[in-house]
Amino acid sequence: MDFARSTVLVCGGTGCTSSGSQKVIKEFETQIAAKGLEKEVKIVQTGCFGLCALGPVVIVYPEGAFYSMVKPEDVEEIVSEHLLKGRIVTRLLYDETVQEDSIKSLNDTNFYKKQMRIALRNCGVIDPENIDEYIALDGYKALGKVLTEMTPDQVIDVIKDSGLRGRGGGGFPTGIKWMLAAKSPNVIGKYVCCNADEGDPGAFMDRSVLEGDPHAVIEAMAIAAYAINAEQGYIYIRAEYPIAVKRLQIAIDQAREYGLLGKNIFGTDFSFDLGIRLGAGAFVCGEETALMTSIEGMRGEPRPRPPFPAVKGLWEKPTLLNNVETYANIPQIILNGAEWFQGIGTEKSKGTKVFALGGKINNTGLVEVPMGTTLREIVEEIGGGIPNGKKFKAAQTGGPSGGCIPASLLDVAIDYDSLIQIGSMMGSGGLIVMDEDNCMVDIAKFFLEFTVDESCGKCTPCRIGTKRMLEILEKITQGKGTLEDLDRLESLAYSIKESALCGLGQTAPNPVLSTLRYFRDEYEAHVVDKKCPAGVCKALVSYSIVADKCKGCSLCARQCPANAITGEIKSPFTIDQDKCIKCGACIEKCKFNAIIVQ
Amino acid sequence: MKSLAELEAIKNKMKNQVGMRKEDDAHATRIVVGMATCGIAAGARPVLTALVEEVAKRNLAHVTVAQTGCIGMCKLEPIVEVMAPGKDKVTYVKMDAEKALKVISEHIVNGRVVTEYTIGATEE
Repeated sequence: MDFARSTVLVCGGTGCTSSGSQKVIKEFETQIAAKGLEKEVKIVQTGCFGLCALGPVVIVYPEGAFYSMVKPEDVEEIVSEHLLKGRIVTRLLYDETVQEDSIKSLNDTNFYKKQMRIALRNCGVIDPENIDEYIALDGYKALGKVLTEMTPDQVIDVIKDSGLRGRGGGGFPTGIKWMLAAKSPNVIGKYVCCNADEGDPGAFMDRSVLEGDPHAVIEAMAIAAYAINAEQGYIYIRAEYPIAVKRLQIAIDQAREYGLLGKNIFGTDFSFDLGIRLGAGAFVCGEETALMTSIEGMRGEPRPRPPFPAVKGLWEKPTLLNNVETYANIPQIILNGAEWFQGIGTEKSKGTKVFALGGKINNTGLVEVPMGTTLREIVEEIGGGIPNGKKFKAAQTGGPSGGCIPASLLDVAIDYDSLIQIGSMMGSGGLIVMDEDNCMVDIAKFFLEFTVDESCGKCTPCRIGTKRMLEILEKITQGKGTLEDLDRLESLAYSIKESALCGLGQTAPNPVLSTLRYFRDEYEAHVVDKKCPAGVCKALVSYSIVADKCKGCSLCARQCPANAITGEIKSPFTIDQDKCIKCGACIEKCKFNAIIVQ
Repeated sequence: MKSLAELEAIKNKMKNQVGMRKEDDAHATRIVVGMATCGIAAGARPVLTALVEEVAKRNLAHVTVAQTGCIGMCKLEPIVEVMAPGKDKVTYVKMDAEKALKVISEHIVNGRVVTEYTIGATEE
């Protein structure tokens, strides 16, 4: 098919795939064939659009109709009404885009209005399995420019001047990293690596970039290789990302076929090739030295720095390691110049940042905003606020290495430095929103459980220290904690931060420290009053029936799995505290709000 | 890939396919074809196909071809409307594939409205 009058874009990212987009694509193929429109309509499977909460998402161009939550049974209507007769199926449109006389442009909706897409610019726009579509939108043009017009030093200068900092969490200036790697002499080989071992619970930015625009990362790695004089690269990606791995492999194969990877790229002396290495899902392998040890085929454990990877990295050779999102910015910086990138963001944090919005928020999904956007804008405007009219309590950034930001700091402009200042960190970009039903002690415990599980065990502070911290937290959530425990928790946290070998251990206490800092009253309620204000910690809550409100319908008693509720019909029931397992099943069933948690 | 020219060639070949996925910009000319039952029955489909192919063939990146529902004058179908930024809407009626090609070459490319096909001409 040479020309298609309409294009149907269906999201094939992991979010929409899990809500059934593959079936929707199949159904589009069937219905379009049934109506004889194969020659006129093109179906494209794209990467993530960002609005994962509304998946499966379908966009039909040229009208730009944004259909959300499309089920296979809706497809027939879209094909026969929209594609055949040109009548947009209003009932399936994303609510916010419906206007009286026309479709509101997607870019004007609250979700997209404040976003700025650089790393995600092709996600949801191109077919990630078709290199030609990437090339059509200036793909590999930056690589061509670099190889034919620029010296390696000039490339490094542009990246340095742009102010780009590592998007994996640390925020180290990317240009300096490149310069250090370039300076190391190339005795027998240098390497360029990509960290796609995204392990934070709730984070899926890198996955989406690789699923939606894999060529951007490949192109950027080739540019980096040219800048530091390397010939081989590796992408270390977790095996739990099957769609991303598959698309990456297709992209590498296509790039090789076009000669964009391999020998003498663009007819120059520059040669570069790439391989994929799969991670088995250990969180510690996202740490740079552990990642490289794992690529070497050994057990993924960190090693002391210095020497830094730029001097002695993979197979003891100078190695440049950047994160997926960092790479995704590179081609755009080369094409548009350092000044363009400098103009976006705040004084010390340039450009944009992708966040994976999750938790208690209406628009769960992927957003990319300029640095300096406030948390309030992200949560209330882009994210659409908290569901069920609940109140915002805190946002967790940086995953198990980050901290919680309380409601009082909602207006903090998000950049690397301001987040560190308030005791959290940018991290790779997971942003989990919590409402009044979340217990902050429980949240701290959740993240610490994660790090205890994921600690590789090589150094003592992390292996034993985090375990001891978790035991104290468990004691507190069971109502057995004392005020001294809080102090012990804090001093232990600081010792671990100072003495652990790698980033995992050094940042593991952050969730505890930041919740202690902003929500100490909740810890104290657990310890002193033996109460869990949010009603989460089971040992500290009790369920009871308010006699005045109970109509004696027996619905709760029939629901109770432990037979803890008894009473006579039409008179108030009671809960036997010894039998109650605090599952909450009764509360959901009661029509009279007669059951309370204390 | 041995030269930048090769890359540019692929880009140009693909431009029309992905071009429509950009949000409408203010400089774009929109050609809209009435594709309701009346339009289809009167032969709007070949008109639409001809328009799409011609726009692609001539590499008219600033032009989008879209379909719409019933414009309201079923007896004058197939109807094609041309909306250029800053200009009045031009409505062509009783179109066919051949007339469509002429609209592209005269109106879209050279800026001369093909008066004989417009709704004004039919009404006189």
